[in-house]
Amino acid sequence: MPRITVTVDGVTYEEDVEPRLLLVHLLRDRLGKTGTPVGCDTSNCGACTVMLDGRSAKSCSVLAVQADGSDVVTIEGLARGDEWHPMQKAFHTEHALQCGYCTPGMIMAAIDLLRDDPDPSEEAVREGLEGNLCRCTGYCNIVRAVRLAAQEMSQAGERREVRTP
Amino acid sequence: MSEQLDAGLIAERIAESDQLGEPSGAHEVGRARRRKEDARLVTGRTTWTDNIQLPGMLYMAFLRSPMAHARITRVDTSAARARPGVVAVYSGRDLAGEQGSLPCAWPVTDDIVIPDHPPMAVEEVRYAGEAVACVVATDRYKAADALEAIEVDYEPLDAVVDMTEALAEGSPLVHESGNRAFTWKFAGGDIDAAFRDAPVVIERTYVQQRLIPTAMEPRAVVATTDGDGFTLYSATQIPHVLRVMLALTTGIPEHKLRVVAPDVGGGFGSKLQVTAEEVLSLLVTRRLGKPVKWTESRSEGNLTVHHGRDQLQRISLAAERDGRVRGVRVDLLADMGAYLMLVTPGIPLLGAFMYNGIYKIDAYDFTCTGVFTTKMPTDAYRGAGRPEATFAIERAVDELAHELGLDPVEVRRRNWITHQEFPYDTICGLTYDSGNYEAATEKALALFGYDKLRAEQSDRRDRRDPVQLGIGVSTYTEMCGLAPSRVLGSLSYGAGGWEHASVRMLPTGKVEVVTGTSPHGQGHETAWSQIVADALGVPFGDVAVLHGDTAISHKGMDTYGSRSLVVGGVAVLAACEKVKDKARRIAAHMLEASADDIEFSAGSFTVRGTAEGRTIQELALATFAAHDLPDGVEPGLDADATFDPDNFSFPHGTHLCAVEVDTETGACAIRSYVAVDDVGSVVNPLIVEGQVHGGIAQGIGQALFEEAVHDTEGNLLTTTMADYLIPTAADLPDFTTDRTETPATSNPLGVKGVGEAGTIASTPAVVNAIVDALRPYGVHDVRMPCTPERIWRVVSEAGPPASGSGARAGAASAEAPAGTSAEAPASAPGTASAPGSRSGSDSGSGSGSASTRAPGSGEATSSSEGGAR
Ligand code: FES
Ligand code: FES
Repeated sequence: MPRITVTVDGVTYEEDVEPRLLLVHLLRDRLGKTGTPVGCDTSNCGACTVMLDGRSAKSCSVLAVQADGSDVVTIEGLARGDEWHPMQKAFHTEHALQCGYCTPGMIMAAIDLLRDDPDPSEEAVREGLEGNLCRCTGYCNIVRAVRLAAQEMSQAGERREVRTP
Repeated sequence: MSEQLDAGLIAERIAESDQLGEPSGAHEVGRARRRKEDARLVTGRTTWTDNIQLPGMLYMAFLRSPMAHARITRVDTSAARARPGVVAVYSGRDLAGEQGSLPCAWPVTDDIVIPDHPPMAVEEVRYAGEAVACVVATDRYKAADALEAIEVDYEPLDAVVDMTEALAEGSPLVHESGNRAFTWKFAGGDIDAAFRDAPVVIERTYVQQRLIPTAMEPRAVVATTDGDGFTLYSATQIPHVLRVMLALTTGIPEHKLRVVAPDVGGGFGSKLQVTAEEVLSLLVTRRLGKPVKWTESRSEGNLTVHHGRDQLQRISLAAERDGRVRGVRVDLLADMGAYLMLVTPGIPLLGAFMYNGIYKIDAYDFTCTGVFTTKMPTDAYRGAGRPEATFAIERAVDELAHELGLDPVEVRRRNWITHQEFPYDTICGLTYDSGNYEAATEKALALFGYDKLRAEQSDRRDRRDPVQLGIGVSTYTEMCGLAPSRVLGSLSYGAGGWEHASVRMLPTGKVEVVTGTSPHGQGHETAWSQIVADALGVPFGDVAVLHGDTAISHKGMDTYGSRSLVVGGVAVLAACEKVKDKARRIAAHMLEASADDIEFSAGSFTVRGTAEGRTIQELALATFAAHDLPDGVEPGLDADATFDPDNFSFPHGTHLCAVEVDTETGACAIRSYVAVDDVGSVVNPLIVEGQVHGGIAQGIGQALFEEAVHDTEGNLLTTTMADYLIPTAADLPDFTTDRTETPATSNPLGVKGVGEAGTIASTPAVVNAIVDALRPYGVHDVRMPCTPERIWRVVSEAGPPASGSGARAGAASAEAPAGTSAEAPASAPGTASAPGSRSGSDSGSGSGSASTRAPGSGEATSSSEGGAR
C-alpha cells in the first residue's frame, strides 16, 4: 500500500492508502474531516469541494495518492480561530444556505472564483458556480453572498490565500 | 403590510438584526434574524448521518436488481461471504422470516390492493434497483467489492411501464391481484348540468412526468444496539412516525427503539418514508449485535429513493362565453410504481381538493385510479398532489382565455373568489379562511411590468421575430398545515395531524423548547426561538430548540406538507402561554396580589399600577428552589401543548414569468420571474424568502429540466446527476419576490406555511409562458420538461405562425383534446432518452486544475460506489 503525506487544515498526516481510495474518503473516514460531504458519484454536485494546493478541487474526483505531498484546506480549516472567513460570514448574512449540505463545497468554490475574478457580475457568479448544485436555495442568496463577500474582501484589501502558510 | 425584500433592505436588516443573543426591544416575530443553524453548517461541524462513526461499526452495501421485473430463481452468497473483511451476506430468503412488509399508512379506499412489500425481494423483483441481497463488511469499499461475488439467477418477466397499457386487457401483471390499486372518486355539485349545453368546453390531457426528488444529502442509516434497545440514526424527515412504523414492522417494541434524525440535508418529501434500508439495517444490527452503517450513492438513490409526480391528467372545463367556469371534471391516472409505500396512494388525494384553485366553481367531479407499474414507487415530493392540481387548472384556465380571446389575468379575475367573499366554502368542501387574490395580483402585475411586456410581445409577433416573448400567469392556492386530525380520519389516513411542543424554563432563566417537528433546512431553531422570545419576553439567544431525537422529543408528527410552523409553531406558542399562566400564579403569590392584577410585559410580571414585579427568569429560579410556591402548585416552570388545527391554511399568490423562446432552436430562457406570495403573517422574512426562492427553482426544474426516464424494459436511464438534471445557478434567473399579508384566521400566529408555495406556483407559470410565446404557431401544449428539443419539435410540426398579434385568440379549437403538443410517448420503442445530459468532467467547480481530474479517478469512483448495482 502506498504511503502518502498530506497536510490537511494545518496538520500533516502520513497514511498508508489503497491506490483507489478517494481523497474525500481519506478525509471523511480516515481523518475524521466530516465537514466535507459527498453528494454524488459522478463529480457533478460539488459538495465535496476542498482547496488542494490553493485551488478548488472536487475531492471525490481526486485519489488520495494523487494528493501526496499536497496541502488541503477543508471547510473546517477555513476560519482563523473564531474569525470566520468573509465567505462564511456572507453566506450567513445573506441566508445563502438552508439544509447546508452543499454549503462547504459552495463556499470553497466561491472563494476560488473570487481569486480569478475579485468582483464578479451576477452572471459570472452563476457561471462560476455551475459545478456546485444546491437543491434548497434557488441560488439567489448564494449569488448575493458571493458578491457581498467579494465587496468585503476587496474593501478589507483581503486576498486571503486559502492554504496552510 | 408587506415589503419587498430587495438587497438594500436586506443589508439594513443585517445591521439591525444580526446581534445574536442581544436582548431586543422590538418584536422578534417579523425580524429577519440570521439563523442559529448556520454556525455549524458554514464551519463543517455538522452531524450528517454518514458522519457518525461508532466503535466496531460495519458497513452495508446492497445488491440491486438489474431488471424491472423478474423471478429470482437462485441466490448464492457463499463466494461473497468468503471475501476478505466480509462479516455477513444476506439474501431476501435469509431474512424472510423477520423482515415483515414495508408499511402503507394510507389505504384510501376500502377495496384498495396493498401488496406485500418485503424490504428485500424474496421471490420476485418488481422494479430495477430493488434490493436482492446485502453484504456487511468492515469498510465501505470491501462491502461494495463483495457484491460482485454474489450470484443471482433471474427469470425475466414482462415489464409494465406505461399506466394506460397497464390497465388494458391482457397487460402483464405487476401483482397477481391486477394492476389497478384503487379508484377513488369525489364530487360536488351537478357536474352533468354544468357540462350540458356549456357554451365552451376545454378538454386537455397533461403529463406530470416522473421526478426524482434529489435532496443533496443522499440517504444514510446507522443502526446500533446495546443488546436490549436499538438506536437508529437516519437521514429522515420523520423520526417520530418512523419509530412507530419500525416498531410495527420489525416487532422491536416501541419503547426499546430510539430514532434520531441528526442534521438532515434536505428532504422535499423524499425522506418522508419508511425505507427498506432502514428496516434492514435494524435487522442486521439485531442479528450481528454490531453497529452498521449504510450510505447510498447518488446512482443508487436515483433508482431507489421514492419518485414523485407521474400522473396522467385529463381535465375538462365547462364555461360560459364570458369566461365564467361552470364546472371542472378531472380524471387521473396516478402511477404508484410497484408497491404502495408510506403515503403513496394518498398523494393524488392531496391534490383532489385543489383542482378548483382560487375559483368559484359550481360543480366538480374527480376520479383517480392508482396504477401499479414495474417502477420505483412514487410518494411525496414537494407539494405532493397540489402542484399537479395547480398545474392542470392553471394550464386549463389559460387555454380557456385563449379560446375566448381574453387576457389570462382577466379570465382569472372573472372567476376568482374576491376578498370580500372570505371565508369561502369551496365546491371541494374546504373553507378558505382568508386571502386577497386581487391585491397579490395587482402587486405582481406592477412589479412585472405586465402591460409593457405585453406590448413587447405584440411587437415581436408583428415583426415575426424568431425569438418570441411569452408571458405566463399562475394564480394558486394550496392547502397547508397538514392537518386537522378529523379530516385525515375521514380520508382513511392512518394517523393524526396534530403537533406537540414543550417549553421549559431552566433554573438560570434560559429556555429549552422541544418540538415534534423535524427540520432539515427550514430553520426551525431560529423561527421557534423568535416565537418564544416574544411570547416569554426572553432574549432570542436564550432559547434553545431541541428536535429530531425520539429520546428528547418524545412525540411529534414531524415535518412535511408545509405544516411545521402552522401546526408545530402554534404548539410552541400554546406551550409558552401555559408557562406564562403558571408564572402568573406564582408571581401573584410572591407579590401578594391577585393573579388578575398581574400584568405581563417584556418578560416581567408586575402588579397593575405599580413598579413591583418579578422577571420570568426570577420566577424560573424561584420555582426551581420551590421554597415558597402557592398551595397545589408543582415545582418547575414548564409546559406541554399539543395543537390540532381546526382547518387547513391556504397560502396563495400570483406568479408571473416571462420567457424568450427561440423558435428556430427551441432554446428557452427565463427573462424575468415575479412572485407575490401571501403566506399570512411572517415570522422571519428572510427564511420565507429563501423558501420561496428554492420552491420556485424546483418548480422550474420540473417545467424545464427534470424527468425520470425509463426505457421500454423499465430500466431507469437517468441514474446519475449527469442525466437527471436539477437546475444549476447558471440555469436560473434572479427572482423578484414580494408579499402580501392576509393573516390566517385559523391559528393565533396568523401563519399559513411557505414550504411548498413556490414549487406549486412556478411550474404552470413557466409552461404557460412557453405556450404563450408559441400561440401564433397554433401551439397548445409542450410536454414537460420543455426541453429545447421538445420546443423545437412542436414548433416545426405546427408550421408557420399566423400573422400578427391577432393570432392570440381563436387559433385553437377547444375541442382538440391536446392541441398540438410535443407529446412523444415516453415509452415508445427507441424514443426513450434522457432529456439531456451533463458531463461530470465538464462541470468542474470552474477551477479544477488538471491534476484534480487525473485519469483513473472515474474508475476509483465506480469501484467504491458503483458496485451497489
Ligand atoms: S461528491 Fe459530488 S462532486 Fe464530489
Ligand atoms: S442548502 Fe441544501 S443543498 Fe444547498
